[in-house]
Amino acid sequence: MRDFYGTTLPLPLMLGTARYPSPAVMEAAFRQSAAPVATVSLRREQGAGQAFWDMVRGLGVHLLPNTAGCHSAREAITTAQMAREYFGTNWIKLEVIGHADTLQPDPFGLVEAAEALCADGFEVFPYTTEDQVLAARLVDAGCRVLMPWGAPIGSGLGLNNLHGLRSLRAAFPDVAMVIDAGLGLPSHAAQALEMGFDAVLLNTAVAEARDPAAMAEAFALACRAGALAAASGPMGQRDMAVPSTPVIGKAWL
Amino acid sequence: MKIEVNGETREVAAAQLDAALVELGWGEAKVATALNGSFVPAGARGATTLSDGDRLEVLSAMQGG
Repeated sequence: MRDFYGTTLPLPLMLGTARYPSPAVMEAAFRQSAAPVATVSLRREQGAGQAFWDMVRGLGVHLLPNTAGCHSAREAITTAQMAREYFGTNWIKLEVIGHADTLQPDPFGLVEAAEALCADGFEVFPYTTEDQVLAARLVDAGCRVLMPWGAPIGSGLGLNNLHGLRSLRAAFPDVAMVIDAGLGLPSHAAQALEMGFDAVLLNTAVAEARDPAAMAEAFALACRAGALAAASGPMGQRDMAVPSTPVIGKAWL
Repeated sequence: MKIEVNGETREVAAAQLDAALVELGWGEAKVATALNGSFVPAGARGATTLSDGDRLEVLSAMQGG
């Protein structure tokens, strides 16, 4: 079974902590979904850091700090080093953004940062695309988890490139993969897990729902359904109809 | 001396980073620091000397996706 640097999760759902209407609503979303991983970030201290730190620690979940907003390997590496000290974890969600509108990863900076961080003992979760050559470079760099996007961050479009994601999943059977970004509905999460992905990471789809806690629970149910379906061996698809009721023994009327 | 702290120019008297953090009001705060773009671990702040014009980043936990 694929794990996340030795950690197995009771539910394949990683949830962001941003954009909720209030801290209490964020806590309710975690409580109602039982999401076992929370993504967090580091920003300039303006007085609210300590309270937020106390709150996320109180969630009792694994923390996955990110390097969101970094546009160069150097920035991302320094941010990761600061996050490791602050949050006390080797896990880092590595984002090196290459384009301001699409928030598409910069593959060159991503590999450069992944190589440096893996060599420095980090357990890197790189935010990447479905590109297999890039995936191979990240695995060569030491990444044992990949986080391909479903669609651009915050877009809610779901799985944009089913063929590419399916090929990526098949090409690296031993690498844990998390669909990160672009999910809008629980059905998108179920679909990702049915395809054999090991978890999903989302934020906006829950935080911007009218009832974030209920939507978080809906995603949790979808994740359970998708993971159970993947483990149950889905049937193959056919082009032609096949009757499910036996033909033999049908009455001659 | 004048240094840049989180993008704002500040006057500090302390020569070492750990003392400067106390002077800036972060003596008890849980923060991560970088000087001129490089990470400074908490244990190295006492041995880190500040110079005029240095860029100091003082970060803490924030919501993230």
